[in-house]
Amino acid sequence: MSTLAVQDHGVAHHEEGHEHHHDTFLTKYVFSQDHKMIAKQFLITGITMAVIAMLLSILFRIQLAYPDKTFPLLETLLGRFAPEGRLDPEFYLSLVTIHGTIMVFFVLTAGLSGTFSNLLIPLQVGARDMASPFINMLSYWFFLTACVIMLSSFFVQKGPAGPGWTIYPPLSALPQAMKGSGLGMTLWLISMVCFVASSLMGGINYVSTVLNMRTNGMDLWKMPLTIWAFFLTAILGVLSFPVLVAGVVLLIFDRSFGTSFYLSDIVVNGQVMPFEGGSPILFQHLFWFLGHPEVYIVIMPAMGISSEVMSVNSRKPIFGYHAMVYSLIGITVLSFIVWGHHMFITGMNPFLGGVFMITTLIIAVPSAVKTFNWLATLWRGNIRFTPAMLFAVGMVSFFISGGLTGIFLGNAALDINLHDTYFVVAHFHLVMGSAAIFGMLAGVYHWFPKMFGRLMDEKLGYLHFWLTFIGAYLVFFPMHFMGLDGVPRRYYAFTEFASMQRWLSVNMFITWAAIMSACAQVAFLYNFIHSIFWGKEATQNPWQANTLEWTTPVERIHGNWPGEIPSVYRWPYDYSKPGAEEDFIPQTTPLSETMSSNVPHDFEDNPAGLEALSKWSSTQKANEEVK
Amino acid sequence: MAFKKMINSKKLLAFLAVFMLSGTNLLMAQTVTTDATAKPGVNWLGVGFYILLFLVAAVVIAIIGKILKVYDLSQQIKGKKGIHWNTIMGVICLIFLVVGMYGAYWDITVQGSMTLPEAASKHGVRIDAMFLTTTIITLIVFVITQILLFTFLFRYRHSDKRRAYFLPHNNTIEKVWTIIPAIVLTVLVIFGFFTWQDVENSSDIKGQPASLNIDITGHQFAWELRYPGPDGKLGKKDFRLSAGSNKLGIDFKDINSMDDLQADTLVLPVNKTIRLNIFAQDVIHSVYMPHFRVQQNAVPGLPTFFKFTPTITTEEMRRKVDDPKFEYLLYCNKICGSGHYNMQKVVRVVTQDEYNQWVAKLKPYLTPALRTELKLASADQNKSITQNRLALNN
Ligand code: HEM
Ligand SMILES: [Cu+2]
Ligand SMILES: [Cu+2]
Repeated sequence: MSTLAVQDHGVAHHEEGHEHHHDTFLTKYVFSQDHKMIAKQFLITGITMAVIAMLLSILFRIQLAYPDKTFPLLETLLGRFAPEGRLDPEFYLSLVTIHGTIMVFFVLTAGLSGTFSNLLIPLQVGARDMASPFINMLSYWFFLTACVIMLSSFFVQKGPAGPGWTIYPPLSALPQAMKGSGLGMTLWLISMVCFVASSLMGGINYVSTVLNMRTNGMDLWKMPLTIWAFFLTAILGVLSFPVLVAGVVLLIFDRSFGTSFYLSDIVVNGQVMPFEGGSPILFQHLFWFLGHPEVYIVIMPAMGISSEVMSVNSRKPIFGYHAMVYSLIGITVLSFIVWGHHMFITGMNPFLGGVFMITTLIIAVPSAVKTFNWLATLWRGNIRFTPAMLFAVGMVSFFISGGLTGIFLGNAALDINLHDTYFVVAHFHLVMGSAAIFGMLAGVYHWFPKMFGRLMDEKLGYLHFWLTFIGAYLVFFPMHFMGLDGVPRRYYAFTEFASMQRWLSVNMFITWAAIMSACAQVAFLYNFIHSIFWGKEATQNPWQANTLEWTTPVERIHGNWPGEIPSVYRWPYDYSKPGAEEDFIPQTTPLSETMSSNVPHDFEDNPAGLEALSKWSSTQKANEEVK
Repeated sequence: MAFKKMINSKKLLAFLAVFMLSGTNLLMAQTVTTDATAKPGVNWLGVGFYILLFLVAAVVIAIIGKILKVYDLSQQIKGKKGIHWNTIMGVICLIFLVVGMYGAYWDITVQGSMTLPEAASKHGVRIDAMFLTTTIITLIVFVITQILLFTFLFRYRHSDKRRAYFLPHNNTIEKVWTIIPAIVLTVLVIFGFFTWQDVENSSDIKGQPASLNIDITGHQFAWELRYPGPDGKLGKKDFRLSAGSNKLGIDFKDINSMDDLQADTLVLPVNKTIRLNIFAQDVIHSVYMPHFRVQQNAVPGLPTFFKFTPTITTEEMRRKVDDPKFEYLLYCNKICGSGHYNMQKVVRVVTQDEYNQWVAKLKPYLTPALRTELKLASADQNKSITQNRLALNN
């Protein structure tokens, strides 16, 4: 067997250490280099950050719903940030900023990619661990550091950063301009540098593991869509995150060392500043050069997870596997040339705006293809409603609803009136926020047995799904219409505008829907924690899935497979193949064992196999005639 | 056994109901008393009530869960299959589809009618037409795809008797649904591109009457307006000159500056082309005039423009929206600090006559006080002398 040949020295080293390896608590749970443990660390940190960011959002939703009521409790909880029981306007902006930052970067980037790339890449490509387990560990520790620094900014005198998650200078560069541009902003920038370091270490590891450490037979076109998605996401991150660092470093220079990269012609509070020759638009270019790929960094893993989960639970191959991969590649490439659609009306050259509009609407095509392929995957399936399946389907529903509004925003002429209104808030919370969170939750429910060896409770999963799904639509759907009425985002209150008063009741409704959805997350948290310790014990392959991770034993060992790493002989989506005994054929089953179910398509670039198949079927026919 | 549990839990439920009612009573009483005191303290009772309410909900859910589990087990003991969760979820999907579609319809009709009135500018009409086209196309796609998604879920819910249909791909249909969106988007892009180019064109075409130039400058947290005087030209500005009463940093060495006018309200003559010159002093702001479909960021160090033609006077719009107090507004739409949420200016579109009368009453920027401050020339000096001197300096 040639299986071993695939393995590199890292594994050999590992196998040596296997017998006399005694994990202490510290090496097993804290400074672990095992990809499965690191995945769990990312997941639990990610969930913690998600809960924090969610609570922050409830705080500012309360302000929006009851702008002229006081809540003495808030003062008790927040002190100077909520004098007289009402949020301070600057603190409101800080809440919005930190909510956005945590959700986009810490939950949906690190929490999502960090968890599932780490967990699934080695397990699904058949490797014993990541290419560099040590860098992998560092990646987590940089991430945790970033989280701690970000949260610590709540404890500085002037509060956390407040210029929005996009931190446009000059607002973010001038401490005189707002409280949230003081020390809080410095901490934000430091935290983000740590975060990017973590992302890069993770990304490089994912790319090299996928490229170099696939098991025997696992060629690129046999990889599950999850792996394709994580792989392309990692490439996207590795190429775009450094640009954010560049932008951030220049901003640090402007803030602390008196340079003028982004600043020019500024008079603050009647005081003429010495900056000259910089351009605030430059920062926006640098930011969105990362920022737009970032939204796809967030959604692509969710797409991969949903594809996998939907295929398994429809008991059907994913429809158009090649198209799914090519559309992911298309999205990856195109997402580098559309960033300007966030800047149509910033003063960028209008002609450039026109070009960005063309590229932006092109990116909607691969997105549409993916959607149709998901629908076709469900068609004539045999759908099992596990909670993971529901969340995957919910992801598709959100992606459709939010993606369609992208067509409005991508049209520069329409964006004139929609930019920075609640319409944009509705758009990205559906297409990115909700869809990606649902992809992540689908992953958590689906691979929980691979992480903890137990199953989560299905009924609670159902409850969690429906409350969250309905809640998210109730929260975000009405926001479209606020946007169409010209209601801007990032407003502390709508009380100053007679024309916006009528949206107050809608705001109240949205806030209560948000509170309901937040409460629904308790069902998840309870289920998650309870199931880790007391859940039903899982079997080896609880979902009857084809991919490699389900060939590993339930008790997640170091090195993943006790013996040799299995070889792979087929693509991962042979579900309900006619002529097969069961409705699934694992990737490790050679085609020679499944003669009755093979189809010519299985041998597309394997003429010998095709010949064998035709020989087999002709003898089969002959046999039948004899009978 | 399951039955007994159910009875027990019913008692429990009744108890909880009573508890909740009394809780609400308490809460009401509490609000009354807190109103009476001058500085309200934390309403711990209210807080406690909400927490209890949540706990009650949790307990109820736990009880229902237990009942379901017991029922399932008892069915299994009897050799039956238990609850068909796949069927239940399939049915809920269908219900969600119907209710959700109705909800979307309701939202679009009710809240959709609360959105902005018709565009009050020339280019705005074109934008609205394009908006309508895009809405129709996307709504069709939205309805079809969501219906397919949820009916498939219901229709193809799990059954032990059936096997899924093995369909790995179908090149024809995949090509079809790549090409159709591509065509539709191409059409949208082409229309969008040309509209965008026209809308953004802020230079005056030769031969056409020059547009009215108005300066608007954003700073934390207000807008400053500058109208040209009788010469129709706005003078130069330089941020280094912003000091004292010359807040905008107007360069009074430029002769065009001498007669520039200050205004509180953005008054615009109807059907006349306006060119807004947009500036910011401290951070980025954004000039947003949604009724005119106008938005352009105000960026420090980077002057921007927006050219548009208002077509409906404020009076007319008041009649159209049936609101005698209606005003067009200009407000900030780029996060700029604590006062961002209240950085507005009234915009009034009037007839040319009304505009002329209004402009005649405006005061120049170069007030006598400013004159002395800048030591340009003593206030009592004749204006023509000043102008001569400046002309010589040029
Ligand atoms: C159908 C394809 C899509 C198109 C044409 C599109 C277009 C746009 C445009 C033009 C904007 C800028 C709106 C503005 O600020 O005025 C925008 C904002 C945004 N989009 Fe999309 N989008 C699409 C899909 C997505 C996806 C898949 C995601 C994420 C997974 C996403 C996430 C976002 C986010 C986060 C913002 C807001 C950023 C901010 O200003 O804070 N979009 N989108
Ligand atoms: Cu984008
Ligand atoms: Cu503002």
